[in-house]
Amino acid sequence: MADKKWLPRWFFQLASPRWCYQITGRLLPWFLLATLILLAGGAVWSLLFAPADYQQGNSFRIIYLHVPSAILAQSAYMLMAVAGAIGLIWKMKMADMVLKSAAPIGASMAVLALATGAIWGKPTWGSWWVWDARLTSMLILLFLYLGIMALNSAIENESTAAQASAVLALVGVVNIPIIKYSVEWWNTLHQPATFKLTEKPAMPPDMWLPLLVMVIGFYCFFAVSLMQRLRNEIIWRERRASWVRELLNKQ
Amino acid sequence: MSFNSVSEFLAMGGHGLYVWLSYGLGAGVIVANLILPKLSRNRLLAEQKRRLRREETA
Amino acid sequence: MSTGTNPENMQKVSAPALFMATMRREFLLSFRRKSDLANPLIFFLMVATLFPLGVSPEPGFLAQLAPGVVWVAALLATLLSMDALFRSDYEDGSLEQLLLSPQPLFVVVLAKVSAHWCMTGLALTVMAPLLAVMLFLPAEGMPGLMLSLLLGTPTLSLVGAIGAALTVGLKKGGVLISLLVLPLYIPVLIFGSSAVQAAVTGLPLGGYLALLGALLALALALAPLAIAAALRISISS
Repeated sequence: MADKKWLPRWFFQLASPRWCYQITGRLLPWFLLATLILLAGGAVWSLLFAPADYQQGNSFRIIYLHVPSAILAQSAYMLMAVAGAIGLIWKMKMADMVLKSAAPIGASMAVLALATGAIWGKPTWGSWWVWDARLTSMLILLFLYLGIMALNSAIENESTAAQASAVLALVGVVNIPIIKYSVEWWNTLHQPATFKLTEKPAMPPDMWLPLLVMVIGFYCFFAVSLMQRLRNEIIWRERRASWVRELLNKQ
Repeated sequence: MSFNSVSEFLAMGGHGLYVWLSYGLGAGVIVANLILPKLSRNRLLAEQKRRLRREETA
Repeated sequence: MSTGTNPENMQKVSAPALFMATMRREFLLSFRRKSDLANPLIFFLMVATLFPLGVSPEPGFLAQLAPGVVWVAALLATLLSMDALFRSDYEDGSLEQLLLSPQPLFVVVLAKVSAHWCMTGLALTVMAPLLAVMLFLPAEGMPGLMLSLLLGTPTLSLVGAIGAALTVGLKKGGVLISLLVLPLYIPVLIFGSSAVQAAVTGLPLGGYLALLGALLALALALAPLAIAAALRISISS
């Protein structure tokens, strides 16, 4: 593997659980700070200062939660697929651990996106659920997440579980564009062209700026939660290693 | 400010239930994802320390 | 299967011969337990019966549901039969032998899935007119039903086999397979049932069948790779 000159050194450093534990330990407080500032500030901005929508009124403010969580749900899945591929190709334990750690966070983002989407739908469309193309695709994405989590917990051997989840994540990622396309197509067949939930034809800056802040804040939050879970996973998997023993003795 | 009074802010032009329900859920999900791993970590460290003690005395 | 296990003594078998031999083995083994063969078909019939019983036997209403119901029933029946695909080979150790042999896994896997499809998907397609009659599907929809099932069920078998391969090492793999595979089935379901709908309303079928064909082509190319990888992973533990 040392002959792969095109890969930077830090790529192989990432393979070391101990190195990852140390570096995440140093990054965590900063990301946590960023998360708190961005999310608290963003929420205040969204609730108090951003304008209400001309058509939808104040329920429009739900967009500041719905869009970031939807973006995160999709990004997290991509991360899992990339981590899965790296884990399968280079047999990196760290990649497997990233996949396992990212799954529950991504799934909860999907749940939040669905819940906020449904709640937003009530004042907008009059019912608590609509089989809108985006919501339906998000629901299917949630199923993909749950499948990966179920498979991971069903297989006892850790490395087998990780590899199986990686294969499933990759199969899922290939299917996501197909699912999106087929659901959108199905939706146009069965529903008239209603106002899209997150249509932003030309959002003025005082609407998309708080959205940007929330999206970045959500990404920082994801990083924090991922690093937390990753560190737990590292301690668990490497519990027999001497550096972990030292760490535990220092606690 | 988009609102003229606290009561207006809470009412959200009639959509108060939806907005506050959503933001409440959002806060809940985020806080849960930040706190649960911390609790796991504490539990994990305690367990592993106990295991170390057991193995050293054994 | 082959008696010699010494790699030097094994001849390089041609892909078509390997394919045929594997299919023949699958058919032989399955026909020893004919009752098991009938199970997916009976299930197919029963699921279709549930809808009039659970909802309404009114012909106009059922006719509207028919394309979707037949497709969902076919999907569920296929899913139910997937667990058995690799299980018996896993349990008697022949799956491990297969993975150790120099024969290309892609071909073997494709043959196993094809044999499985003949006994489930193809059989379901042949049975489908019976369900169509029970659910009052208009006669115009029949060709669309048969063609869409013919093109769609192989994809269902291929994708389902991925789930079966991932869970073959588990004792209670059955429900988990459904969880893993159902989201992946959704595009096939959408295009399949839409094809039938189009046939019923007299619209051209070509586009839907082409889409189903494209999904099948993709599945034929990629699924065996995923299945082979999953089998190796499941056996390795």
